[in-house]
Amino acid sequence: MRIAIVGGGVAGTLTANYLAMRLREEIKDKKVEILLISDREKMLYEPGLLYLIFNRVEEKDITKELKYLLDPGVKLKIAKAEKLDLENKKILLSDGTIDYDYLVIATGSRIVPEEIPGLVETGHWFYNLEGAKKLRSELANFRKGKVVVSVMGIPHKCPVAPIEFTFLLHDFFKIHGVRRDVKILYTYPINRVFVMENVSELVEQMFAEKEIETKTFFNPIEVDVKARELVSLEGEREKFDLLVAIPPHKGSKLIIDSGIAEDGWVPTDKYTLKVKGYESVFALGDTTDLPVSKAGSVAHFQAEVLAENISAEIKGLPPTARYYGKAMCFIETGFDEATYLTFDYETPPRFVKPNRFTHWMKISYNRMFWLTARGIL
Amino acid sequence: MIIDARGSYCPGPLMELIKAIKKAPVGEILEVLSSDASSAKDIPEWVKKAGHELIEVRNEGDYWRIVVKKVK
Repeated sequence: MRIAIVGGGVAGTLTANYLAMRLREEIKDKKVEILLISDREKMLYEPGLLYLIFNRVEEKDITKELKYLLDPGVKLKIAKAEKLDLENKKILLSDGTIDYDYLVIATGSRIVPEEIPGLVETGHWFYNLEGAKKLRSELANFRKGKVVVSVMGIPHKCPVAPIEFTFLLHDFFKIHGVRRDVKILYTYPINRVFVMENVSELVEQMFAEKEIETKTFFNPIEVDVKARELVSLEGEREKFDLLVAIPPHKGSKLIIDSGIAEDGWVPTDKYTLKVKGYESVFALGDTTDLPVSKAGSVAHFQAEVLAENISAEIKGLPPTARYYGKAMCFIETGFDEATYLTFDYETPPRFVKPNRFTHWMKISYNRMFWLTARGIL
Repeated sequence: MIIDARGSYCPGPLMELIKAIKKAPVGEILEVLSSDASSAKDIPEWVKKAGHELIEVRNEGDYWRIVVKKVK
């Protein structure tokens, strides 16, 4: 029996490792094979990009080879999956075809800056390694002018990252003694600065204290490259000297090419994580269409549920684990303080007053993450 | 055009409308169906800000029907 997992990010790697731990005997007896298919040899700890742009960490600190993160019970295949044939239980790869009994889709999400004309030429972002490195150089030299931090669509990865970036940007310019020469404007698509109302209230108050301006109901449609202005669907224009975008996101091209979902978000049962219409196909992490954050913690908690249920089914036990929307997000409110949120489908987010201890926890967790990836923490 | 966003939570229905209105021709009527009550407040607010026309907001029992005309 083969469990195929497509995607070597947090969701896929954790699921593979948890399954290997639960099916140790079955793997040893060659009754079960766990196969992780990834098109990348290295895993990137994406939350680390927020620190890389301010030169607090380097690339080597936030990347690790997948083969060193996987349990010895997991087989790794580095290949590009080109199509998922759910009806015939097959995965078409760039170099062959794989059959499966169980399939776990963990193909994540990606930014599509090309969907906003002018953004690729003029804008910056920190949602991939290449963009973060470019922004690091830009920030090192930026001393005067207007920075626009613009969230260009919902959903996007790590919903709190734009807020954290804006807080860190304020501190960064303050440390360099140029904050009074820099204007910061934060824009958001809906009528508040964050999706969740109580978090939005806290952030709005903190933005005001730090003299960070905000503009809501602002949905960018293009960047006027010549005028260096961001143009919104609502008919407004904002001038900038530095534009830091949270570009629109889509699910993996593999999902679109396989005809599973037009925008790449896989229709998923919110409790069982089964792909709708299929008994032995599951999805987790950023790729689902669930009303939860596209965040590493969500992938982590979902991986626990999937590993428990799939291993139970294989062992003939009742699969009783249920994902109930559990999520946890740190929010850095500067270089010295942080808060964190916990919430689920039924419970609105709760947070603590920003403090130093939570910030130290976050900084520690950035190093401990590799234990999570291995399925230990 | 009907945008059936039932089952989606705030701000899903509004984001679905924004995505559709970007592509729609001027004059198009867009009907958003949403089971999230906050859509009945958020969508009209956005329509006003964006300068489109709000034709109707109706409670259909277990969901809301919000009808918008793209005017520019």
